[in-house]
Amino acid sequence: MKYIDPHIHMVSRTTDDYQRMAEAGCVAVTEPAFWAGYDRSSAQGFYDYFRLLTRFEPKRAAEYGIDHYTWICINPKEAENLGLAREVIEIIPEFLTEDTVLGVGEIGLNKNTRNELTILEEQIGIADRHDQLILVHTPHLEDKRKGTRITLDAIKRNGNIDPGRVLIDHVEEHTVKMVLDEGFWAGMTLYPNSKCTVQRAVDIIETYGTERLWVNSAGDWGHSDPMTVPKTAMELKRRGHGPEMFETIAFRNPLTFLSQCPKCKVIDA
Amino acid sequence: MSDQPYTCPLTRREVIDQYFLEHRAKMIDIAAFLDRIGRARPAEAAQDFRVKAMERALSVLTDSDGDKARRVLDVLSDPTVEPIAKSPGKGASGAYPVAT
Repeated sequence: MKYIDPHIHMVSRTTDDYQRMAEAGCVAVTEPAFWAGYDRSSAQGFYDYFRLLTRFEPKRAAEYGIDHYTWICINPKEAENLGLAREVIEIIPEFLTEDTVLGVGEIGLNKNTRNELTILEEQIGIADRHDQLILVHTPHLEDKRKGTRITLDAIKRNGNIDPGRVLIDHVEEHTVKMVLDEGFWAGMTLYPNSKCTVQRAVDIIETYGTERLWVNSAGDWGHSDPMTVPKTAMELKRRGHGPEMFETIAFRNPLTFLSQCPKCKVIDA
Repeated sequence: MSDQPYTCPLTRREVIDQYFLEHRAKMIDIAAFLDRIGRARPAEAAQDFRVKAMERALSVLTDSDGDKARRVLDVLSDPTVEPIAKSPGKGASGAYPVAT
């Protein structure tokens, strides 16, 4: 059983997690740039973070036979400060040329504010001008449905973005349909609690099918579990689904989406 | 419990056999949580918008319609559509304060 975890924040995880993931069949991860649990005080702080994502983390992953890719952006939780956010936006193009950067992400909204939307639109513009894939963070809890709607509309307003090159992450039962119906890819983030669980993810698969849908752990510095993707295989088996469903949702689908970027070199074997 | 397309390979009996106990436990957790609120001061806190939202969501669980997970999430969601002027902070509360 091999799989890709297409959304995990390995900078917050120990090397032991890489080992456990490799033993469970993980062959590749993609790591979106996100909030570190505190607000960085300058664009230089982001520059150093982007270097960590593009230079150090791929080497750490490679020791366990895992390909490490990343996404670069100013995340929505630090987008309220327009001045700082725009300073970070200025350094993004420099990193988009790195060998392991697959696109712009995870951009999006957190509290659905005007400033967050402004920075989201500006980064959609960067993805457009640099022909990049986009990975989108959607807000959590009570803000998700509204934030997902505003985000989809912002992407469509740009006019040049193919929805098939955009992954809308953290979908749940009340947002997955609008995402898939409008041609986007959808990611389900599996958490021990507070977000979608493994059982609910399989419920969503049974309801909406496997087309343009993937699962990820989004493991980070908070209460999270980097093993939730392989645990999905157990839940599928428990319900009587064949192994091909896990292969589709956890390997073939992420590979299909990510391979739209020629820098993705995950071997389909 | 409304019928939906049969996309789960298990029989209905098998679903209940496999999952009932853990969801029984979750249901009792909610009951105990509400009891805990009842034992705490002050009494007005029981009117907290999150508790009120939970009460509305619980009614979804006992009605005769399906699509319950989506409908519970909808009950707990911000119903507005326009971006807000300024962030009140980074966190989320899990429910939206609906005017009554």
